[in-house]
Amino acid sequence: MTAYIIRRLMQSAAVVLAMSVIVFLGLHVVGDPVYLLIDPQADQAEIERTIRRLGLDQPIWMQYFHFLKGALSGDLGKSFVHGTSALKLIVERMPATLEIAIAATLMAILLGIPLGLYAGLKPDSFASKSIMATSILGFSLPTFWVGIMMIMVFAVMLGWLPSTGRGPTATFLGITSSLFTIDGLRHITMPALNLALLKISLVIRLTRAGTREAIHQDYIKFARAKGIPTSRIVGVHLLKNIMIPVVTVLGLEFGSLIAFSVVTETIFAWPGMGKLLIDSIQTLDRPIIVAYLIIIVMLFVVINLIVDILYSILDPRVRIGEKSA
Amino acid sequence: MSLVKPLLASIVAAGLALSAPIPASAKELKMALSAEPSAMDPHFHNLTPNNALTSHVFERLVHFDEKQSLIPGLATSWKTIDEKTWEFKLRTGVKWHDGSLFTADDVIFTMERAPNVENSPGSFALYVRGKTFSKVDDFTVRVTTKEPYPLMPNDLATIAIISKKAATGAKTEDFNAGKAAIGTGPFKFSEFVKGDRYVVVRNDDYWGNKPVWSKVTIRPIKTGPARVAALLAGDVDVIEEVPTTDIARLQGDAKVSLGQGLSNRVIYFHIDHWRDETPFITANDGSKIKNPLKDVRVRKALSKAINRPAIVDRLMEKAAVPASQFLADGFFGVSKKLKPEAFDPDGAKKLLAEAGFPNGFKMTLHGPNGRYINDARMAEAVAQMFTRIGVETKVETMPPAVFFNRASQGAGGNPEFSFILVGWGSGTGEVSSPLKSLVATFDKTKGMGTANRGRYSNPVLDKVIDEALATVDDTKRGELLAKASEIAIEDVGVIVSHYQLNTWATRRGLKYVPRTDEYTIATSVSEQ
Repeated sequence: MTAYIIRRLMQSAAVVLAMSVIVFLGLHVVGDPVYLLIDPQADQAEIERTIRRLGLDQPIWMQYFHFLKGALSGDLGKSFVHGTSALKLIVERMPATLEIAIAATLMAILLGIPLGLYAGLKPDSFASKSIMATSILGFSLPTFWVGIMMIMVFAVMLGWLPSTGRGPTATFLGITSSLFTIDGLRHITMPALNLALLKISLVIRLTRAGTREAIHQDYIKFARAKGIPTSRIVGVHLLKNIMIPVVTVLGLEFGSLIAFSVVTETIFAWPGMGKLLIDSIQTLDRPIIVAYLIIIVMLFVVINLIVDILYSILDPRVRIGEKSA
Repeated sequence: MSLVKPLLASIVAAGLALSAPIPASAKELKMALSAEPSAMDPHFHNLTPNNALTSHVFERLVHFDEKQSLIPGLATSWKTIDEKTWEFKLRTGVKWHDGSLFTADDVIFTMERAPNVENSPGSFALYVRGKTFSKVDDFTVRVTTKEPYPLMPNDLATIAIISKKAATGAKTEDFNAGKAAIGTGPFKFSEFVKGDRYVVVRNDDYWGNKPVWSKVTIRPIKTGPARVAALLAGDVDVIEEVPTTDIARLQGDAKVSLGQGLSNRVIYFHIDHWRDETPFITANDGSKIKNPLKDVRVRKALSKAINRPAIVDRLMEKAAVPASQFLADGFFGVSKKLKPEAFDPDGAKKLLAEAGFPNGFKMTLHGPNGRYINDARMAEAVAQMFTRIGVETKVETMPPAVFFNRASQGAGGNPEFSFILVGWGSGTGEVSSPLKSLVATFDKTKGMGTANRGRYSNPVLDKVIDEALATVDDTKRGELLAKASEIAIEDVGVIVSHYQLNTWATRRGLKYVPRTDEYTIATSVSEQ
């Protein structure tokens, strides 16, 4: 097991290295942000001074070498635009993104599983058909459009919820989050729901499919024959068995929620990492882009590792890393 | 009973009258910006959102009013001692937010720091370089230059004065944290949460007119529709850069009032003047031809082909004015003689035929996508207008970061494209800025023609610009600048299209006084 984990981590290091080379070269080909950043009235001397100051006068391999040297000591470079540590900028925005990802995942679980169960247990009822039809909309409507519609309806027309931004934060058990204030919750409702729509639909479909399959299996029939009440059959025996795929998918989706909540964060002006990434791409702020992608690659590596390890614990038939990784 | 009733009524009425207007001490204002300020350090990055944000807290020696005319700021008056020396008299009795007194030492300190901020992506060095600042007494500062320098007050209107006491040794982070963000301005620093919100509170000891607002919260909302929605939902009171597609709708909305005004930004086209064969122009059959844009008749024809009123009316939804030169009427140094080129497709075709292109040629128009209001749509519309006179024009737009790099130095350090759409905002609020940067001959050592992406070069024009830049007398300089504009426009050094109008929207009951420099500042918001 330990050897397996070490091997996996080394592989991830290789992935991070390769990714950083690709991003570096790619952004180098696209260009540099100097003309975008500098005062248009600036003369050549000033433009060249700025290029030197940002270190962009050196050959690309030199720049990469400097980056690697810094990265080994935990310094992923300074943002061109903000002038401060790229890593610090990302970490500062992480709580906002984490809280919206957590809220969205909770919504997916709390809405998706009961609705999916119902649709699986009573597949022919009108309500089930409505749930399934709506879930198709959840899959197919583009996030940005739904987001704008939600703002129009709930903020502009009805005035129930604030249209954009993050609410005030409060500290609870050492964690500072806007989830702990009423106004913060009002602010997070729409963006989290917007982000969760696709996941809710996904969970509904997974749960329904699992339910439909499990309901005809022998252990359910046996439990019925034994006279166990339906609520216990569904709540314990059925649910336990259909949860494995749902948990796996949600785990992976949680990673993508953190990494790619760009659209939702942009529409709702949510000050998270995704918005920072898209802003940085627009201004070719290479240090932030590279640092962000490194963090995301590591995040996925860790999530996958945890999922693999959990599998081996949950399911004794799975053996990790004896032959190949 | 008969007495009690009216008494009660009047008490209630009095109570209502008292409670109706919110007390002046507790008025909050929320504003949404279209871009994110990157620092509270006024010298970190010379960028519109940064300058607008920091000008709540910091002040300059000379201020721009909403039309970018110069008015006294921390200096009460300024004059030239001789051709190369300016003297600024400072305002006395001005207190920093920490209570200490503002003096000439702060000015000297500021000018030392401003050009040397660590990691600055675009510094103010340009406006400090070549000037020697010396203190005469506590409230008098002299500035000397090697050559006569008429733009001294304009340059000093860009540099925010910071406190020597509070900011000695301070880094940008110290300003963001508030420690060094001690200014003299109408508002005091309260909170800086990068990318989320920036909060300032009223400075009750302010030397000038005290602001109406006790607390101002500024938030970046980059997406246009989201900004409009935030205003309509009542989450913010003021938004800048209203998308042109929403202007008509908001005009009809009783909950909203609009403030629209001319900006200092002109949208124009650079033309390849320097290559004998230009990469993005071919004959109709695709073969190479000599650069037709070198012929003034072709340039004139292209200018005549542009239907400026239609662009203003339909594409820009009236949020623009047809342009005749680099800056609109009312700015210093504009020519009274120049009029917008009239739309004349037949005349354009005739000129093309005279120049030897009766059947036109093929061209690619390059432009940024997302830098100026409706820029990509604008490029498409103009390409169609060109195609109508026989110049078959393709459009290629790209993200600004890519575009400006290639348009400035894509061809081995030189401009890559043949014909580009760009814009120019005159930060100094007068015509020497575009003349010097856009149509003066490109010259690295002299620092001229830095943004001359068509490499236009006209020795006659250069001479007039040089003369204007060395003329301290305002009237004479104004005339020279006007003359230079006329030469550049009549020779079609660039083709100008329109001046942008900037649009702000506020909730009803508030009014935004539009600013030509595009700044969104709480002191420009008043109650109606």
